[in-house]
Amino acid sequence: MATLQSLDIRRRSASTETPPQVRKATVEVAKLIDVSKCIGCKACQTACLAWNDLEAPVGYFEGTYDNPVDLTPTSWTVMKFTEYEKGDDLEWLIRKDGCMHCDDPGCLKACPAPGAIVQYTNGIVDFVSENCIGCGYCVKGCPFDVPRISKVDRKAYKCTLCSDRVAVGQAPACAKACPTQAIYFGSKEDMIGHAEKRIVDLKSRGFEKAGLYNPPGVGGTHVMYVLHHADKPSLYADLPDDPKISPMVGLWKGVMKPLSLAAIAFAGVFGFLHYITKGPNEVSENDERKGDDLAKGKGA
Amino acid sequence: MTNSWNDIKNADVILIMGGNAAEAHPCGFKWVTEAKANSGAKLVVVDPRFTRSAAVADLYAPLRPGTDIAFLMGVINYLLSNNKIHHEYVKAFTNATYLVKDGFKFDDGLFTGYDAARRDYVDKSNWEYQFDEQGMAKVDDTMQSPNSVMSLLKAHASRYTPEMVERICGTPKDKFLKVCELIASTANGERSMTSMYALGWTQHTTGAQNIRSMAMIQLLLGNMGVPGGGVNALRGHANVQGITDLALLSTSTPGYLVLPNEKETTFADYIKSRRFKPIRPGQTSFWQNYEKFWVSQQKAFFGAAATAENGWAYDYLPKFATAYDTLKIVDAMAAGEMNGVVCQGLNLLLAAPHKDKTRAGLAKLKWLVAIDPLETETARFWENHGEFNNVDPKSIQTEVFQLPAAVYVEEEGSFTNSSRLIQWHWKAADGPGESRSDIQIIAGLYSRIKAKYAKDGGAFPDPVLKLTWSYTDAASPAPAEVLKEINGYVLENVTDPADATKVLLRAGQQLPSFVAMTTDGKTAAGCWIYTGVYTDAGNMAMRRDTSDPTGKGVFPGWGFSWPANRRVLYNRASADAAGKPWSERKKYIWWNGARWTGADVPDYGPLVAPDKSVGPFIMNPEGVGRLYTRAIMREGPFPEHYEPMDAFLANPLHPKVSASPVARIFASDAKSFGSPDKFPIVATTYRLTEHFHYWTKSVHGNAVMQPELFVEMGERLAKAKSIKDGDWVEISSQRGAIKAKACVTKRIRPIMVNGKPCDVVGLPIHYGFIGLARKGYATNTITPFVGDASVNTPEYKAFLVDVKKTSAPATPATA
Repeated sequence: MATLQSLDIRRRSASTETPPQVRKATVEVAKLIDVSKCIGCKACQTACLAWNDLEAPVGYFEGTYDNPVDLTPTSWTVMKFTEYEKGDDLEWLIRKDGCMHCDDPGCLKACPAPGAIVQYTNGIVDFVSENCIGCGYCVKGCPFDVPRISKVDRKAYKCTLCSDRVAVGQAPACAKACPTQAIYFGSKEDMIGHAEKRIVDLKSRGFEKAGLYNPPGVGGTHVMYVLHHADKPSLYADLPDDPKISPMVGLWKGVMKPLSLAAIAFAGVFGFLHYITKGPNEVSENDERKGDDLAKGKGA
Repeated sequence: MTNSWNDIKNADVILIMGGNAAEAHPCGFKWVTEAKANSGAKLVVVDPRFTRSAAVADLYAPLRPGTDIAFLMGVINYLLSNNKIHHEYVKAFTNATYLVKDGFKFDDGLFTGYDAARRDYVDKSNWEYQFDEQGMAKVDDTMQSPNSVMSLLKAHASRYTPEMVERICGTPKDKFLKVCELIASTANGERSMTSMYALGWTQHTTGAQNIRSMAMIQLLLGNMGVPGGGVNALRGHANVQGITDLALLSTSTPGYLVLPNEKETTFADYIKSRRFKPIRPGQTSFWQNYEKFWVSQQKAFFGAAATAENGWAYDYLPKFATAYDTLKIVDAMAAGEMNGVVCQGLNLLLAAPHKDKTRAGLAKLKWLVAIDPLETETARFWENHGEFNNVDPKSIQTEVFQLPAAVYVEEEGSFTNSSRLIQWHWKAADGPGESRSDIQIIAGLYSRIKAKYAKDGGAFPDPVLKLTWSYTDAASPAPAEVLKEINGYVLENVTDPADATKVLLRAGQQLPSFVAMTTDGKTAAGCWIYTGVYTDAGNMAMRRDTSDPTGKGVFPGWGFSWPANRRVLYNRASADAAGKPWSERKKYIWWNGARWTGADVPDYGPLVAPDKSVGPFIMNPEGVGRLYTRAIMREGPFPEHYEPMDAFLANPLHPKVSASPVARIFASDAKSFGSPDKFPIVATTYRLTEHFHYWTKSVHGNAVMQPELFVEMGERLAKAKSIKDGDWVEISSQRGAIKAKACVTKRIRPIMVNGKPCDVVGLPIHYGFIGLARKGYATNTITPFVGDASVNTPEYKAFLVDVKKTSAPATPATA
């Protein structure tokens, strides 16, 4: 695992320059979630709470096994259960949901706060809370609907792929806790190789469309799934079939950014021109009296 | 388990039925995923619900709760009528060839010898084998005699056709036959099937016979004693195997020895029926050593006070008249026959069936001692918690003492897991507040009771005063000292019978093996099957060698597996009669021309040559595995399908004897069973992976993962009752009613039983009115108070209810 350690930064949000690299090529990491081996025990969810000291509230039973029912600022991974009927047979598809750590991360691209989102050279996409301004653009930028904004501190939260553990040569807490080895962690290359073996096994059991989920629309991901039905990812609690970064993010970073900047500049120039042609705003006595009445509660 | 957790990786077919290993044993389940991923094993799940285990299975078949025997006897019928058995194994290693007495009959649901007034088989003499003049059982190697076990079994099983299985179980015939085909694919010595079960088989009035049925299937397939085979009980707590081994049962003493009963007034009476002479020529009949184990146990209990003259302190042991299992204790409590109860690590109010009966019983006690690391509902049974525990505290006079205990990580000691593997665990932290370890609490109670007897005397103080208590710190015996005592030690030098100058065992040494025990009081051992765990070489439970020399998942240097560090029981059966492995794939133990050798410790005389025809099932006086159990089990020598006490329908096989004719029913509960006209829906209870019994609702993370009681139901029933996901539902039985939130699911398949729709609901057991999870009803409010005939396990897995939409409980379900 030592070769996976480096947390050199590949890119950071709202920054144009690429941070300089002293070390050469870090190995890219990946977490491989083998949905066909997952029993939905939620050991990974519990390990995530424990390792990250998350104070998730005790909820209510909402009619399904999904608890909490969705990702929250204090639940960075949740199991999503789907009952899928195929003729007379039933499949219970259980997918561990959480950040996919896209190689081309929409959240990072959308983020306007310098350094609030970083991508390490090993591929992990991490949120840096002290730089986060809580604007929620990362939520809009994410094709997987993963980041959540806390109502407590107005910061964005999501799975860090246990960057703190990976930095010291440990696998993420979820992978460590998984009793059936449905969660593997290692170099992305090894994980793809491992997935290929699993896919052969699944095909031998009649899952002809078994395959790896590593969607190219986001440049591939550092969290990948082995799916029995790789032709229909959306069966698995709406896993996007072909995720892409919202065109709005491209617009904001491309056409919209200079336009917006121009609008801001125009507002400034207009204000200045207004001042020098019309002079400052004057307050009449009548205005003052109305203001006093309002402050004393007499007004409407 | 006859095999081990690790051994599951050697299986080719894994049958999970009567359990839900992925849900209840997720860590052990890794060996199932290992077998699937690395050796192409097929996983089959048979369960009333499509469970988490089913989610990763290759084949799933539904069945109605409480019909497992019908399904399994159907499998036996399939194997026999399609000639899919391991013939050589069956002939050599089972009692298929044995002849049963002429008088044995099975007619209209009853075996010979039944007395309806006593609800028992009073005359089991005709259930015996035919014996010759030497006392040897007669056999017919052709198995053609109508009295042969094979002929009787064929006749008995023939009623369980695939059509009958579908009628009783609701399992679609095509699914049933697919399961049969996969099971039958292991009847050859090349492939093996493992059976993984838990409370889904035990918690029925027919529980013990459910497991018998599978043992018979495994014998017919030749899957006993082979790698990847066996009948494997998955135990619940980390140490529940240890609890049974050390005899937390009212009619046993440690190591599955038997507590004397009231008719056995002298040691001579007691031991004469426990000589276990072989009933086939030359057989081992290992229980012939019973007296050695028993005398050594008495020496461990009472030391110098146990002498040959006083029958090894025979009178010091209680003599039972009836079994005091949980049901009996609660019944006696409710009848006002008990003054006090000590609940140690037991949340009785939630754990015993029919909560109202338990609560009424607790309220009649003078005192209750609750020894537990957590607050329990039992210790708080007198508190009013709205509709969840609606009592009037002023009317309850029971004095409750709560003694806070340490949890396992706050003390060292050993756990024995399902694999019979004894593993040491080390202390990680001090317990909070005034908590003490369970050993310290019991030692404290003992020293006070002993002091009182020493001071005041009493009718018979000797068993208390003369109990061996030679620990370094009497108030806090070290767990290692206790394990040494359990292992056993030598009291006086044991010499070679042929040469008295030759000392085989010297006084003071730890016993190396139970084979070394004697009947003359020179050895002492607390639990004979554990001998070898703590020898002069040290504490074997502490070993952590991860090497597996043969790659069969044996790990001989990790911990200590009783008996004798053996990982697969009956393993001599992995070779044919001549001692040659059945196949290269399943090679495990074999005869190398001079001795038995292989991956494991042979379960057999290591030097007994195959031509001596000694059977591999050395604990049985026959030397072979039993397809027919003679008079050993109360229900009869063959398993038979009986409906649960709350019966969905009259038994299609024999409606006049519908339910088990020998199930344990208490007189006071005669009217507590439901009928389908009032309660037309079948219910079952179970555990969730997110929780451990009634503990983890007090743990934040677990409470987050599954916060609240729910009831699972199929879409057909939900539609008929206009119930939607998350609605409040009232579930009522003859015993009471509870409320839970609805979980409407496709995973409870719509089944047809005897031509009519049968709806099933499922309820997890974990919730109550104490802890961090949402307060809720206790599921055992509605479960029936009736026990299995042989072992008294309550029938939590199959009963009748009705359901209807309701409003939220009046007490807000606050955390």
